[in-house]
Amino acid sequence: MKTIRIGSGAGYGGDRLEPALTLLEKGNLDYLCFECLAERTIALAQKEKRANPEKGYNHLLEYRINEVLPLAKETNTKIISNMGAANPMSAMRKTAEIAQNLGIKGLKIAAVYGDDVLDQLTDLKELKILETGEPLHSLGDAIISANAYLGVDGILQALKSGADIILTGRVSDPALFLAPMIYEFGWEMNDYGKLGKGTLIGHLLECAGQLSGGYFADLQQKFVPELWDLGFPFAQVDEKGDGYVSKVDGTGGKITPATCTEQLLYEIHDPANYLTPDCIADFSQVEFKTLAENKIQFQGGSGKKPTDFYKVSVGYRNGFSGEGQISYGGYDCVNRAKWAGEIVRKRLEKWGFEEIKTELIGYDSITPYEANPASIPEVRLRISAKAATLDMARKVGQEVETLYTNGPAAGGGVSQSAEEIISVVSVLLPKELAQAKVEYLNC
Amino acid sequence: MLLREIAHARTGDKGNISNISLIVFDSSDFELIKEKVTPDRVKKWLGKIVKGEVLRYELPKLRALNFVLYDALDGGVTSSLQLEKHRKTLSSYLLEMPIE
Repeated sequence: MKTIRIGSGAGYGGDRLEPALTLLEKGNLDYLCFECLAERTIALAQKEKRANPEKGYNHLLEYRINEVLPLAKETNTKIISNMGAANPMSAMRKTAEIAQNLGIKGLKIAAVYGDDVLDQLTDLKELKILETGEPLHSLGDAIISANAYLGVDGILQALKSGADIILTGRVSDPALFLAPMIYEFGWEMNDYGKLGKGTLIGHLLECAGQLSGGYFADLQQKFVPELWDLGFPFAQVDEKGDGYVSKVDGTGGKITPATCTEQLLYEIHDPANYLTPDCIADFSQVEFKTLAENKIQFQGGSGKKPTDFYKVSVGYRNGFSGEGQISYGGYDCVNRAKWAGEIVRKRLEKWGFEEIKTELIGYDSITPYEANPASIPEVRLRISAKAATLDMARKVGQEVETLYTNGPAAGGGVSQSAEEIISVVSVLLPKELAQAKVEYLNC
Repeated sequence: MLLREIAHARTGDKGNISNISLIVFDSSDFELIKEKVTPDRVKKWLGKIVKGEVLRYELPKLRALNFVLYDALDGGVTSSLQLEKHRKTLSSYLLEMPIE
């Protein structure tokens, strides 16, 4: 039976590259996929593209491509990534330029786009925002990006055209991994059972190190060996969509049914109905079985027909946020920090600030229940607030800084920052209104 | 006994919704967490953060529960002012829940 091997080269836009290179060198891969887009990434990238039409792709693209191309060429491994972000065409041109500089010839590079539906949305102002129920036009002219989570179509076209490197904009994360399975095994697009199995594999791999012990490890019952040298996972898949996940021998980390189960449920709501553009995957009957150390078989994935809509992430300008922090320590530090927080709040309210948040790091910033303040040796006050302009947002940190000479005793270590808030909401777009497009460059 | 002695967990986020998986180390403890870690109890335990409803899905083959926590991310990761916008740290607090 035909099998292929797909590696996971990145679990987010800023991920480490060394494990991906190890996979290329020693993983005996057919494909290496880099998942690099979080919910908001593309909205931020769109902002960059507006400032410079040549930018708007992943910040680490040049670094990654420089290191990856020679190894991919040598090992005949195809690369698929959403590092194109808001500008797949520019990412493709940059990749071709790097190949030329490296003296690598005979590569076909593809840009998959069509996910940018901002222009269509102007006609669809009545679409309902999923999070609020309000119509899209309630955001007015603050909208800066709208990207549909496309499925495998564009990547599939590129693979059929013989592309070696495929750079996409927004596609569903599992689609990066599912597309090569459909292409290699000739799965039908209405064979939802197989698409569900492939989606399971994509979902397991899409966060890279999170399957092989990253974000899993603790020092009690979940120790992970050589976590510093964490290896990224790959899947070996056969034409039925069955197989196992593993990692390169000698790398750190571990893959067990426990690491696989945590990743399976990561960012999942109803496990029987995981909505993707290509199918509704059902993970509710999945099981993991240990075949050997760090070699885990998956079974039980399935799927159903997808909905008629693409989810679209809409990015919009949502004002500015300013932040300041200051530390207090020793006797009664929690109470002095609280007092400082009240003082800054009053001063900000006088400036007209309305939405102000006060947190005590080390006491209540992440903890959902009460701690005994007397037992806490140090605490860091953090104050943040929303503002209409960047200049106003900067006042938040400035008012924290003035605590040095205008606040309670012995505060220290002030830091401050201010930035624009780019928020994201979702709408559902009828599928016929967005279509993947592909362009190529040969080098 | 604390939940962390018999189970592990991971938090994820989407929009203004958090989810926490809860997986027992030993399958013989699955019935115990099903009985003790109810959506109501999770809502109360994390109530300072979770403002909305808590739903629970059961995955007996993986001896796991998946909790979906609505209105748990201060309006949403991309608009919240809070320090830890994703609330990825919630899983460690869930595991501190006492199980009699």
